Amino acid sequence: MDPRRGPLAVPKVRRVGFFTSIEPSPETPRPNRSLSGPAEAITSSSPLSDSPSGQFISPVQIPPSRHHSDNLASRAAPVPVPGPSAFRRQLANDRTLHVGSYNPVDSLLGTSPPSSNGEVSEDSGSLFGFQRSDSAKLSASFPNGGFNMTVAVRAPRESEAKVAIASTSDGRKKNVEASGESESVATKPRKEKETKSLKEKTSKAERRAIQEAQRAAKAAAKGEGSKRAGESSRPKPSKPAKQPQPKKEAPQVTSSLSEKRAVSVEKERRMDVPQTQMQYDDKSRVDKAKRRSVVEQTESKNKVELFLHLPQYERGNQLPNLSSNIFTLDTIHHAVYKVGLQHLAGDIAGDNARCIAMLHAFQEAINDYTTPPMKDLTMDLTAKINGYVSFLIECRPLSMSMGNAIRFLKNQIRKLPVDLSEPEAKASLCSEIGRFIDEKILLADKVIVQHAVTKIRDGEVLLTYGFSCVVEMILLYAHEIGRKFRVVIVDSRPNLEGQKLLRRLVTRGLDCTYTHINAVSYIMGEVTRVFLGASSIFSNGTLYSQVGTACVAMVANAFSVPVIVCCEAYKFHERVLLDSICSNELGDPDAIANVPLRNNKKHSKTMDNNKNLQFLNLMYDSTPAEYISMIVTDYGMIPPTSIPVIVREYRREDLLL
Amino acid sequence: MMELEIELKKASDTLKAWDTTSISLTAGCDLFMRYVTRTSALEFEDFNSAKSRVLGRAEKFGEISNKARKIIAMLIQDFIFDGCTILVHGFSRVVFEILKTAAQNKKLFRVLCTEGSPDKTGVLLAKELAKLDVPVKLLIDSAVAYCMEEVDMVFVGADGVVESGGVINMMGTYQIAIAAHSMNKPVYVAAESYKFARLYPLDQKDLEPALRPIDFGVPVPPKVEVERSARDYTPPQFLTLLFTDLGVLTPSVVSDELIQLYS
Repeated sequence: MDPRRGPLAVPKVRRVGFFTSIEPSPETPRPNRSLSGPAEAITSSSPLSDSPSGQFISPVQIPPSRHHSDNLASRAAPVPVPGPSAFRRQLANDRTLHVGSYNPVDSLLGTSPPSSNGEVSEDSGSLFGFQRSDSAKLSASFPNGGFNMTVAVRAPRESEAKVAIASTSDGRKKNVEASGESESVATKPRKEKETKSLKEKTSKAERRAIQEAQRAAKAAAKGEGSKRAGESSRPKPSKPAKQPQPKKEAPQVTSSLSEKRAVSVEKERRMDVPQTQMQYDDKSRVDKAKRRSVVEQTESKNKVELFLHLPQYERGNQLPNLSSNIFTLDTIHHAVYKVGLQHLAGDIAGDNARCIAMLHAFQEAINDYTTPPMKDLTMDLTAKINGYVSFLIECRPLSMSMGNAIRFLKNQIRKLPVDLSEPEAKASLCSEIGRFIDEKILLADKVIVQHAVTKIRDGEVLLTYGFSCVVEMILLYAHEIGRKFRVVIVDSRPNLEGQKLLRRLVTRGLDCTYTHINAVSYIMGEVTRVFLGASSIFSNGTLYSQVGTACVAMVANAFSVPVIVCCEAYKFHERVLLDSICSNELGDPDAIANVPLRNNKKHSKTMDNNKNLQFLNLMYDSTPAEYISMIVTDYGMIPPTSIPVIVREYRREDLLL
Repeated sequence: MMELEIELKKASDTLKAWDTTSISLTAGCDLFMRYVTRTSALEFEDFNSAKSRVLGRAEKFGEISNKARKIIAMLIQDFIFDGCTILVHGFSRVVFEILKTAAQNKKLFRVLCTEGSPDKTGVLLAKELAKLDVPVKLLIDSAVAYCMEEVDMVFVGADGVVESGGVINMMGTYQIAIAAHSMNKPVYVAAESYKFARLYPLDQKDLEPALRPIDFGVPVPPKVEVERSARDYTPPQFLTLLFTDLGVLTPSVVSDELIQLYS
């Protein structure tokens, strides 16, 4: 047994709130930890923490379901641990483990004791030479930042079954599987989502860790190994994941000790669409991701505390690097490469454009794809798509709509009948993608325009924010059919997208007023309707759109002006978003610092190196449902409370069955 | 079979054209068409059996609509407790049915009835209720806020229930709902399910205008305009519950039902 391999990860609890340091979450469902354990975890973990201040300000914790804490703990054990063993040992040795969102050491430590849940620390300690308490604490601390976290949480159902190799993990696995059914409902969908991102990246590590740590489990696991074949054909188990799915997978998922199994497990993990962003607090995971990455990026040094879980890179050097690599890179198809570069350069903006570009690139890639010998088309193609997706994420984090499209594509791949020949399969996939684009995006836009135009009467003053292609289509169409109205375009730095819309509308002869967002409360008095575009809408009716949208909607609400959101149904998501912090994207901080036409060369030097000054350029924000009067989709006009209904009625068929 | 559908559509359009302002008529026709021509009726090869199936569904639709009032009255009985004061607006037959059933069940309650001018329909309702020995008090429309503090709940009917979950009803419903909401009194809407319409008004002027003559009793000076709209739209945030023959619903469920119905 390789002592470097460690126990499995313990699922982490997502940390929400304000942190001054990245500390392990006290509330991890460790078997030997009661939920009142936070204090211990904090204090014991502090030596391991990187953060300058040893203080841990208690964040708002989202506790795991208490009655499942044992299950969760046991589940956590077999979660595969990411990262190579050497990596881990190093971490163990320096004790500078960045116990942030995801602590890989924990996973190692998380070897589940066969007998009791409480003995994890011992196992881990023996593996690492860590002190028991520390390792225990470490394992316990799984703020849900890292991939493993999510994996860990979900893992019990499937991954553990899949990967449980080490004895401890095996023991845990048994616990898990037994409890797998019971915990199903308890496991929050949130966790599943989180586990997803963990899962895909940590499968390899997990697998190895489990393998090493638990010999005994191997034998048992091997028996299940035969089921693995079925497993690989289940791509995205969790993303749309309702609990029944993981439950279903759990029995099937059996951890085999073979390489192949590990690989397939990893593939399975990676099949899950990484819609939840990888949490960047955790240095180990970030390092691991960097090793795999195609794009060389250096992380920004001066990031805002609250947003440490989001990636931010130094701009400027990625594009030349990538451009020079274009001819040498054979793992990424050139069309996908091109789309990635366009994203990096900022040439593509707007959700629909990004999604369509990505899907076209995938179409090309699928067309050029040939199955390697001795491999299954479904599995291999899905793995390839995962690779492309990872690359695109490195260029720019995926938007929700892109995530949904990828899920759709993977579902189509999964549903391919096995007897289809390769050219037929490829043709079918390409036509499905084409159909998706046509029906869900292009045709949907037309339907939305038809519906929305009925809400524009003569004499209206319509306000819109930023640039949304659907809103532009609506305004142009209403103008064409002869409605008399005026448009107010509200814009904001640093993107100044509204200028693009302004130019287009003015050339077509519409009456436009242009203002910046600081004047929105001034101008709102004259406005009769507000039209907004959307990046995504979540199940609780929260609108996720360009930053500044929430402001506009709030002011409109205060003036009793109806707010109409125009969004295609494929952008809907079952997730629930409560704030703009957990899930967001950080843009280029220099864009804020540099105001055009102003001589700020002197300032930038002082600003760059100043530790007290951080630039925050958020790209998205969330608008609560109560500010939205109506949502126009291709299924008609619906209130924000009906998003889950649409998802339930229509998206199921499209995406999951 | 297609011919039959086309005939049905023509008939429905004719009916709708008779009174373009009636939302319940339009909604009822649309729902009837959907209900009757849905799915399996059309898969039968034999025309006669398909036709009889359509007929059967149509009759069922009629039955449900007739019985709807009784179902609603039954559902709402639990919400009427002894000694409560109910405010009603205008004359809604559904609401009357509810109060009649409650009186028959020997519940002790009293009713505050708005006048419902200019139609004076409230007076009619008061007369009917008095016959049932229910204590009734008539108010002018302006006295609603004044009396709201002694009211326990508000019952209104509906001309139409819209997709947002709001209701379109006789003019005056909106202000009663606002007054009730601000004083935390529940507003219950009693509406049959065929009144669910695929409309989504954003404000009062978004409705099809339905005008009626208003008599002020004194001649109106020549240059003075008169607001003659007969109905208004009450947004869903002011409504507490909807009582329909489909059950007791919250306003957000209306959209759910409509989506399912039209999917």
